[in-house]
Amino acid sequence: MATTADNFAPAADTHAHDHHDHKPNFFARWFMSTNHKDIGSLYLIFAIVAGIIGGAMSGVMRMELMEPGIQYLWWFAGSSPEDISAAGHMWNVFITGHGLIMVFFMVMPAMIGGFGNWFVPLMIGAPDMAFPRMNNISFWLTVVGFLSLLFSLFVPGNSIGNGAGVGWTVYAPLSTTGAPGPAVDFAIFSLHLAGAGSILGATNFITTIFNMRAPGMTLHKMPLFVWSVLVTAFLLLLALPVLAAAITMLLTDRNFGTTFFDPAGGGDPILYQHLFWFFGHPEVYIMILPGFGMISQIIATFSRKPVFGYLGMAYAMVAIGVVGFIVWAHHMYTVGLDVNTKMYFTAATMVIAVPTGVKIFSWIATMWGGSMELKSPMVWALGFIFLFTVGGVTGVVLANGGIDDNLHDTYYVVAHFHYVLSMGAVFSLFAGFYYWFPKMSGRMHSEFLSHLHFWVFFIGVNVIFFPQHFLGMNGMPRRYPDYPEAFAFWNYISSIGYMIMAASMLIFFVNLAYAFLAGKKAANNPWGEGATTLEWTLTSPPPFHQFETLPVIEDHHDYHDHRPATA
Amino acid sequence: MRQAFDRFHFGIFAALAALLALAVPQAVIAQDAPEAVAEEAATPAEAAGGYVPMAPTPGKGMPTSYEDDPLASMTFQDQYSQDGLYALWMHDAILLPVITIISLFVLALLLYVIVKFNRRSNPNPSRTTHNTMIEVVWTVVPVIILVVIAVPSITLLARQYEEPPEDAITVKAVGYQWYWGYEYPDHDVEVISNMLTEEEAIASGEGEQFQMAVDNRMVVPAGVPIRLQTTAADVIHAFAVPSLWFKQDAVPGRLNERMLVIDEPGVYYGQCSELCGALHGYMPIAVEALPMEEFEAWVLENGGSIPGAEVAAEAETEATEEEAAA
Repeated sequence: MATTADNFAPAADTHAHDHHDHKPNFFARWFMSTNHKDIGSLYLIFAIVAGIIGGAMSGVMRMELMEPGIQYLWWFAGSSPEDISAAGHMWNVFITGHGLIMVFFMVMPAMIGGFGNWFVPLMIGAPDMAFPRMNNISFWLTVVGFLSLLFSLFVPGNSIGNGAGVGWTVYAPLSTTGAPGPAVDFAIFSLHLAGAGSILGATNFITTIFNMRAPGMTLHKMPLFVWSVLVTAFLLLLALPVLAAAITMLLTDRNFGTTFFDPAGGGDPILYQHLFWFFGHPEVYIMILPGFGMISQIIATFSRKPVFGYLGMAYAMVAIGVVGFIVWAHHMYTVGLDVNTKMYFTAATMVIAVPTGVKIFSWIATMWGGSMELKSPMVWALGFIFLFTVGGVTGVVLANGGIDDNLHDTYYVVAHFHYVLSMGAVFSLFAGFYYWFPKMSGRMHSEFLSHLHFWVFFIGVNVIFFPQHFLGMNGMPRRYPDYPEAFAFWNYISSIGYMIMAASMLIFFVNLAYAFLAGKKAANNPWGEGATTLEWTLTSPPPFHQFETLPVIEDHHDYHDHRPATA
Repeated sequence: MRQAFDRFHFGIFAALAALLALAVPQAVIAQDAPEAVAEEAATPAEAAGGYVPMAPTPGKGMPTSYEDDPLASMTFQDQYSQDGLYALWMHDAILLPVITIISLFVLALLLYVIVKFNRRSNPNPSRTTHNTMIEVVWTVVPVIILVVIAVPSITLLARQYEEPPEDAITVKAVGYQWYWGYEYPDHDVEVISNMLTEEEAIASGEGEQFQMAVDNRMVVPAGVPIRLQTTAADVIHAFAVPSLWFKQDAVPGRLNERMLVIDEPGVYYGQCSELCGALHGYMPIAVEALPMEEFEAWVLENGGSIPGAEVAAEAETEATEEEAAA
């Protein structure tokens, strides 16, 4: 088979060689952008910057936990070693910052804002997003939200110190009467801004996917990555307004004397938790579903085989999205739920394992009988499947309300959600990054450095998080800056893991620098005949505006081949 | 710690059993039951009438360090309540083998496809994209596994929510920033429990660990039902004791209640398990379970009264008052 670029040469070539791309000047291009690819790049750069800050915070946390006692926190609080309160508050600020940054300003912007913006229009054969200017404001709202969160670090949180030390869950009344300072208001406002940006982004994706697919590309011919973004956008649209409502009530409780969550005025702290987790549980699927989509593209590409059970894969994501809305109270097993409620949420939560299992097995079946090439994106995808499985099965353990009575709020939970996020979501992000980097930048990264990055990162994160299962089972609560001697050994190992992981990130940045400085020019399709989606028919990087002549997906193509018909 | 060691071997056994798709024999539950460590319980203060805080038994009711016992440091603490034993059995005999096998199965499949279906060994990929049979299998088999898990899971929940009997002893744990208060409404006793500093913990006697040791423990009788209520005065806290498989949030404006029966005397430690502010890490929980007579001695020593005895005593005082009047 000829390279896929031949299939769609005319439009792309005209653009690449005519120099009538009409790129705006620097300021207009990057600060007033309406181009989905530029906005995607901005989101990716933003996510990397936020990831460095959030990752540095976790570095401080692992450094502090390396040994029992308070070693460093007092210094960050600008206090003295004797001041345990200041150190404890500083700790709470770090865990809050790390959680919020990684969720709202690293994973979400990278997955949906970055890869979603870049590749949804390309994959469905659209010239851009449906609402390009709304796309721009989505990004800048996220940036301003991030600045609001950073600002909160430097204003008083409570009588003890600066910053919001309330956890990423912002539970009342710790976040209301327990933290009267303005820091919490800024943190809440940060979530309002980021949430508004995400809601706008979600409407943009839904409209784009429903209305701007190339002729012939029916919903059931869409690449799975587009399906994953579509489901994610619906989750965002339905979940985020609930968060917005909950944190708005927090703001009025804090500042205007309402008592939504204050029992003294007839309110209930548990109401906040129900509202938060009604958003919070879909949120965890928001963070992983686009990853599922990327992994499907990558596995198919490097196995040179169409995705196994395409419809099952697409509707498994829909099922995960739907069921994801009716399991929220498994985050609240210890708040004093009724026994029947707990039984229901136990059963409902376990149901999610079924569509998730369908996806895992379908990925393996896609590789089965394939002709696999272990290029950089593929090793990350393989790592994803295994580590996500490990994180998934501990989720089945935690789903049991009675078992959770012991594990709730321990390091077992921390290990579980880092296996699915810090390994699941982040491995899929790196897989996607290495997969699409040549397309986005026009340069090839080093395969050697990418593989090295993979192995060092793989070892590092496992050394960090696997021992945390032991700590949790043995009883160590999460969100603790200090611990009794008995927990010292596995905490020490975990901190060693952080150093390994940090070293791997250096390799990543060296790889990036290498690619931009000395990387080979990327061909239109560097991954060969397995890469069948539309973006590989364009130049690398694609022209500033693509698909001015819409590609036509002809009927005789089955849904595994997303390319336009060959002339 | 011996229990943990046994459990480890038991876990391997159970994994193999499950691998062969055999039902785990119910009889093995018995292996987990603590073999009447009752003799150990004779240690507490027997000094007639007086209460002396019980010295904790190393490795009982507290986490185990890697140096003391590597295996015990990697798993749950030994359990001292019947619900705890059941939950532990469910984890060790069902959940742990199932999740281990699933993870290893996926890993094995991945390694197999990497070896068997790479470009060198299989240059011409197949175009297979459907196989209804296998898709049905990998949907139905997980459902069956989940049902197998759900049965003991629901049973465990039902057991944990059993109503305490009328005559259960009520203890109300109140979370404060950052200490615990324990109220005994039946006995008219109230104690405030603060963490000991490192020096105090070391000075207070052998076996006490810093960040676990407190000045006043929550003293309760062993072997009888306790109606444990939790609430909080300021923000949400959580009352948690891992070796009793017990965790219940203490929420302001709410009174959560759960029955707890501690099998045998001992000191059982826990830590606050809901983020509650700057000193969240420094408000430990220490439960001391005593034989009934010693618990009653503790109550009297703390200025309380024994509910049944109270009625008798009141009648007596009334009688003497009447006598005096006459």
